[in-house]
Amino acid sequence: MKPGGYFLIVAASGLALSSVATLGLSVPASAATLQITMRDLEITPAAADAKVGDTIEWVNEDIFVHTATARNGDWDVTLPPNKTVKLVLKKPGTIDYHCRFHPNMKARLTISP
Amino acid sequence: MLVRLSAAIAAAMLLSSAALAQDAKPTDPQIAHIAYTAGVIDITAAKQALEKSENKAVKAFAADMVRDHEAVNDKALALVKKLKVTPEDNDTSRTLSKNAAAKLKELAALKGAAFDKAYIDNEVAYHKAVDSALETLLIPSASNAELKSLLQTGLKIFQGHEQHAEHVAAELK
Repeated sequence: MKPGGYFLIVAASGLALSSVATLGLSVPASAATLQITMRDLEITPAAADAKVGDTIEWVNEDIFVHTATARNGDWDVTLPPNKTVKLVLKKPGTIDYHCRFHPNMKARLTISP
Repeated sequence: MLVRLSAAIAAAMLLSSAALAQDAKPTDPQIAHIAYTAGVIDITAAKQALEKSENKAVKAFAADMVRDHEAVNDKALALVKKLKVTPEDNDTSRTLSKNAAAKLKELAALKGAAFDKAYIDNEVAYHKAVDSALETLLIPSASNAELKSLLQTGLKIFQGHEQHAEHVAAELK
């Protein structure tokens, strides 16, 4: 690697640090990470409570592609097989969501402000 | 609606009468063969739809069918290998394949919106028939726990597809 490359990495990590710091300011100290699992075409827990600023980690343990699709259109997350996908909640509301490919997979997320 | 319902009943009757003709509950090697055949049939139908349809929702649905049923069938193949079970052809599999071949031929003669409607209506009916066969015959008859569990996953996948097909059918109207 050329010496110039190191500078770039340092600059990039500086950027990453400052953006984390900015994020830290805008997110309440109580921001939590919540895991919701899709296994054998079931969403567990089927009902969950969260707050704006919290992160949802959807863990897809199936061999199938699933989605977490909000009925009101707020979000539509695609979950490849055996992958975990994160989403930071930005809007409050009681959101019913389902998998677009398997509409029998349904759950609810209640997001308080 | 009536047409779709009667198609579903006819399909369900074909499935169960073929099974009844054997006069005994299917064995695990036969169940594995039936489940695998049911998947292959849906993949073949989906590939026909991917070639013939111009409708975005229909093509997306067909692509989902190929992806999901290939995933289930890969898992089924891995399981029979692990269990050292050789899937065994049987009357139910043969009836399924024969009906599917006739349906493919019938759909091949259709074009455009007529094809889309016939394909999706058949998908609703076919998934209903397979759901009912899984629930009433294949799952209760399976003796190996891993096979039973895979069939139960298969049932949920098929039920999901049935609902998905119903949504697409409603969009086509």
